[in-house]
Amino acid sequence: MQQRQNLIPPVTIGVLAMQGAFKEHVHLIEALHTEYAPVKAQLVKKVQDLETLDGIILPGGESTTMAKLLHSFNLMEPLKEKIAAGLPTWGTCAGMILLAQTIEGGESPHLGLMDMSVKRNAYGRQVASFKTMAHISQVSQSPIPLVFIRAPYAESWGPQVACLKRIDDKAVALRQGHMLATAFHPELTTATAFHQYFLEMIRGVR
Amino acid sequence: MTYLGTEQYTLNKNLAQMLKGGVIMDVTTPEEALIAQEAGACAVMALERVPADIRKDGGVARASDPSMIKRIQAAVSIPVMAKVRIGHFVEAQILEALEVDYIDESEVLTPADPSLHIDKTAFKVPFVCGAKNLGEALRRIGEGASMIRTKGEPGTGDVIEAVRHMRMMNSEIRRIQGLAKEELMHAAKELQAPIHLVTYIHEHGALPVVNFAAGGVATPADAAMMMQLGCDGVFVGSGIFKSGDPKKRAAAIVKAVTHYNDPIVLAEVSEDLGEPMVGINVYSIDAQNRMAERGY
Repeated sequence: MQQRQNLIPPVTIGVLAMQGAFKEHVHLIEALHTEYAPVKAQLVKKVQDLETLDGIILPGGESTTMAKLLHSFNLMEPLKEKIAAGLPTWGTCAGMILLAQTIEGGESPHLGLMDMSVKRNAYGRQVASFKTMAHISQVSQSPIPLVFIRAPYAESWGPQVACLKRIDDKAVALRQGHMLATAFHPELTTATAFHQYFLEMIRGVR
Repeated sequence: MTYLGTEQYTLNKNLAQMLKGGVIMDVTTPEEALIAQEAGACAVMALERVPADIRKDGGVARASDPSMIKRIQAAVSIPVMAKVRIGHFVEAQILEALEVDYIDESEVLTPADPSLHIDKTAFKVPFVCGAKNLGEALRRIGEGASMIRTKGEPGTGDVIEAVRHMRMMNSEIRRIQGLAKEELMHAAKELQAPIHLVTYIHEHGALPVVNFAAGGVATPADAAMMMQLGCDGVFVGSGIFKSGDPKKRAAAIVKAVTHYNDPIVLAEVSEDLGEPMVGINVYSIDAQNRMAERGY
């Protein structure tokens, strides 16, 4: 039988599943799957779950809880090594805090891989959570919904880091090579643009 | 547009989504709040007395002193929740002024209204409410709750009522899913629940909000059992700070909720936790002294 010529290699995207909104990411990843460009999601709870990944998402939730569990289950170092070695990685909200090299207020960094300084709960408590529509040219032609829940933002970043979006002068989407960080939660909406962008990062198109 | 379609309501449901797979712990001091955060709690519930003490002390249990809540807010970076009495909308206004992240309209405190719960649509701050069954859950959601938890029987360390409430909710959801469309109004009448929410259950086979376990969870195994029954996360009240080694037990319950489906991890984290809280068998408590019976 003739091999299909137009089959794009399958992609497995891991979603760190220590705590938080990881199922929401799984649903949007699964929405990207097509017969000719297969995509599947894999929950990451143990070291062996890291083996077969083409990329990983660090979801929203509580960063202190996730960091604690990453240490408890001896995942922090292996995860850090994988990302440092080039595994495409996207942190949303708490995931952005995990990636940051510096956390305002003296909290020690967790993975500490992205050259940026983030402020936790930067907008205040839950009553300050908000949603807005914004256009991010690198990611999508049309405006996409951005949901901020007790969100952080980046206060400063190094020369290796590109700021993809500012909202009210605050940096809320940044990229450093194979690492992407967003202060907001595309997984809480039905818009797949950001997941598509991350998939293209993994495929090396972006 | 109804309240349940508003952006604020969606944002409030979204915060509950961020708490999923986590453990929310009752704390009475900033020191306990720090222990909870250090153990991996995804939020803390600030209150003056844990349910076991409220049960023991008797009398009227009310919302906590604002200064105590403020000190806990200052101590930790994770979300801080606090309780108000059922129907006490002014206690809720006070907690909203303090900018707590979630209000628990709770049967653990003495109810303030003989027939009504708070109109939660009048608030910006989110509410979590307890439920024993699907009808109660949908009435609370209809009033604006953006998160539900089982009631269980607080302060007992006996998980049986939480299990009863979760199994009841699952079974009723499955039943509604299987009905014909024309049977839904009759089901709404039986459940005493808003028809639009019964229709939602019929279409989605799940609550429109996050559902946590609460009331009687005392061990990692209890927490994992509630997760396997389909809860999104767990509240632990008296179970931690009324046990022999709160730090260790808190961390063990957090790990058990992450790996609720892995008996090998559950066996490891259940080792050497010291004394659990002293339990009270639910059936030894007179019906009139059961907190789960409070609420409408």
